Amino acid sequence: MTTISSETVRYPDGAAVRVRVGAPAHHFRTPAYIQGHTGVVDALCGTYPNPESLAHGGDGLPRQPLYRVRLRQTDLWPDYAGNPDDTLLVDVYQHWLEPA
Amino acid sequence: MTATHVEDHVHDQPMSEVALRSVAIEALLADKGLLTADQVQQQVNLMDGRTPADGARVVARAWTDAAFKARLLADSRSALAEMGISIPAETPHLAVVENTDDLHHLVVCTLCSCYPRMLLGRPPDWYKSLAYRARAVSDPRGVMAEFGTTLPTDTRVDVLDSTADMRYLVLPCRPAGTEGMSEEELAGLVTRDSMIGVTRLSD
Repeated sequence: MTTISSETVRYPDGAAVRVRVGAPAHHFRTPAYIQGHTGVVDALCGTYPNPESLAHGGDGLPRQPLYRVRLRQTDLWPDYAGNPDDTLLVDVYQHWLEPA
Repeated sequence: MTATHVEDHVHDQPMSEVALRSVAIEALLADKGLLTADQVQQQVNLMDGRTPADGARVVARAWTDAAFKARLLADSRSALAEMGISIPAETPHLAVVENTDDLHHLVVCTLCSCYPRMLLGRPPDWYKSLAYRARAVSDPRGVMAEFGTTLPTDTRVDVLDSTADMRYLVLPCRPAGTEGMSEEELAGLVTRDSMIGVTRLSD
C-alpha cells in the first residue's frame, strides 16, 4: 500500500496569516493582488496534491493543506467604496502562507 | 491520432490557433497513453449534459426542505446524490454558500474560469472575460449594479475567488411572495446569474 504524504496542517480556523510574495517561473495559484496581504483562516478546505508539481509532470506530493482565507476589501483596495465589512475569500495553499 | 474528436472540430473556416493547439494536445495525450479519445468524449458529454436547470432544481429543493439544505451546505456531494445528480470523484470539490438578507456572495475565478460546471454547465463568456475577473474582486457592488442589482450598503459582500480545488455555487435568497409555489415552480425562478451571485432574485 502506498503512503500518501501530506504536509501537516499548520493553521487553525481564525489564525492570522500573511500571503507570501513571489512569482516563481513555474505554474502557481496565488494571485498577485493578495500577495503580501494579511488575512484570517476562514476554514481548512482539505489537503490536495500540490498544483505546482502536478502542472509540471510531478506527483503533487506532499499534498498541501488548502485554506479559505478571508481578507478585508479595504485592505486590498485603498479606495474601496463598498461596506467596510466586505471581504474577499480566496483559496490559498499552505506553502504560500506564513504566520502574521 | 484518433479521428472522432477531431471531426467535431471541422468547420468551414480554418481552425483558430487555440483550437489547433487543443487538438494537437489531445492527440499527444492519446499517443502517450495518458488519455483516450473516449475519456475526452465522456468529459465533453458530461459537461454538455449539465445546465443551470440542474442548479435551479437544487436551489428549489434547498428552499423547500431545511434538512436537505443543511446537508447540501455541509456535504454537497452526498446531498446532490440524493437528487440523482452525480459529481464525479475526479472533479473539484463543490461548496454551496448561502445568501441571507445581511450577506451576499459573488463567485469569480481571477486566474482562469473555474466554475461550478457540474451544476451550471459551461460558464458564460463574460465570466471568463478579463474585465469581470478583475472587477468582481475590486468592485463587486459596481459589477452587480451593471447586472441590475443594487445591493443595500449594510448587506455585506463576500467575494469568493476560486483559485484552487474548490468550486462555489451561491444559494440565493428565496424571493418574497413565493410561499405557495411548488418546488418545480420555484426552480423556474432561479437564474444562472443568481447562482453566480451577480444578481439577487428578490430585487
